[in-house]
Amino acid sequence: MAIFSVYVVNKAGGLIYQLDHYAPRADTEKTFSFPLDLVLRPHDERVVVAFGQRDGIRVGHAVLAINGAEVNGRFTADGKDVLEFLGNPANYPVSIRFGRHRLSSNEKLMLASMFHSLFAIGSQLSPEIGSSGIEMLETDTFKLHCFQTLTGIKFMVLADPRQAGIDSLLRKIYEIYSDYALKNPFYSLEMPIRCELFDQNLKLALEVAEKAGPFGPGS
Amino acid sequence: MSRQAGRGTESKKMNSELFTLTYGALVTQLCKDYENDEDVNKQLDKMGYNIGVRLIEDFLARSSVGRCHDFRETADVIAKIAFKMYLGITPSITNWSPGGDEFSLILENNPLVDFVELPDNHSSLIYSNLLCGVLRGALEMVQMAVDVKFVQDTLKGDSVTEIRMKFLRRIEDNLPAGEE
Repeated sequence: MAIFSVYVVNKAGGLIYQLDHYAPRADTEKTFSFPLDLVLRPHDERVVVAFGQRDGIRVGHAVLAINGAEVNGRFTADGKDVLEFLGNPANYPVSIRFGRHRLSSNEKLMLASMFHSLFAIGSQLSPEIGSSGIEMLETDTFKLHCFQTLTGIKFMVLADPRQAGIDSLLRKIYEIYSDYALKNPFYSLEMPIRCELFDQNLKLALEVAEKAGPFGPGS
Repeated sequence: MSRQAGRGTESKKMNSELFTLTYGALVTQLCKDYENDEDVNKQLDKMGYNIGVRLIEDFLARSSVGRCHDFRETADVIAKIAFKMYLGITPSITNWSPGGDEFSLILENNPLVDFVELPDNHSSLIYSNLLCGVLRGALEMVQMAVDVKFVQDTLKGDSVTEIRMKFLRRIEDNLPAGEE
């Protein structure tokens, strides 16, 4: 719970592995009757709450499911436009699930390559020569730690700001990569990692690191 | 470099004779398949290359050596750490060229060739050519292009096995950020 995600980026900046390790955000599902007291509007490919925060439903939350069926962007599971559907009193009472939108895999790919470029900018901006790239990015809700190997692969871990021992976790992830991904002869270098053993061992390592808590791993 | 607990508690020691037998079976099968020593040498080099590009990450993950800044450091790391870690031997480094870009690794004993004798019809076979490929592949992943070849081989009657390594150039494309 204190380690949120792991990203592995290859030499060219492409995302080859991604794992989300946090508990699912609290989604809120409620039954509504016509008229809806929340104001919804389309945003990118989703329908979000623009106004009318209540009961755990906050501004910015997206419509995740209607009547139990997950929505597909701006359309319901059976292809109807969400806003039209919710504007029609005949469809009520309706049960809608709201929650924070999770990143799609395309978005993650894009963000990973953006980070790859920013990482390089970090070393170029430096007043000293031979500086490394961005090693840590801090926000108020998480810290992103990045470790680049001598061969150009980057391992990134997003964790709680108070979580310690991330450096050794990054080295451990490198070991797990060199074992379960590279020693698998059917895995081609620089390609997306689809190795069960890698997944399992990575999750184990994350759990060990989390148990150690804010004091870092024990002996 | 101690392994973490996740590795399991069974001993990781394997019988080195099984290793010698496995390598021998590999070479003899290649000889049967290709029938031509030059082709076998090339295949061994290719296979070694594929091993090298993966082995380097294992090496870096377990040994935490930093980037080498010149070829002498590289030679030291290869002989004293890498060979020791993977083959349990420590070759000596000699015969530096005046420009500092070539050196020789002298192996007193080579675990790959325990119990091996080269027959006369395979006189141009470089039995341990896999090692050349491994070194070439591993160094290529850390942006060094090198040429590696055997100049002496105990299987061919020489007293020691000598591997000559020559630094060709630094590989500038796809440099990791921060390496100028």
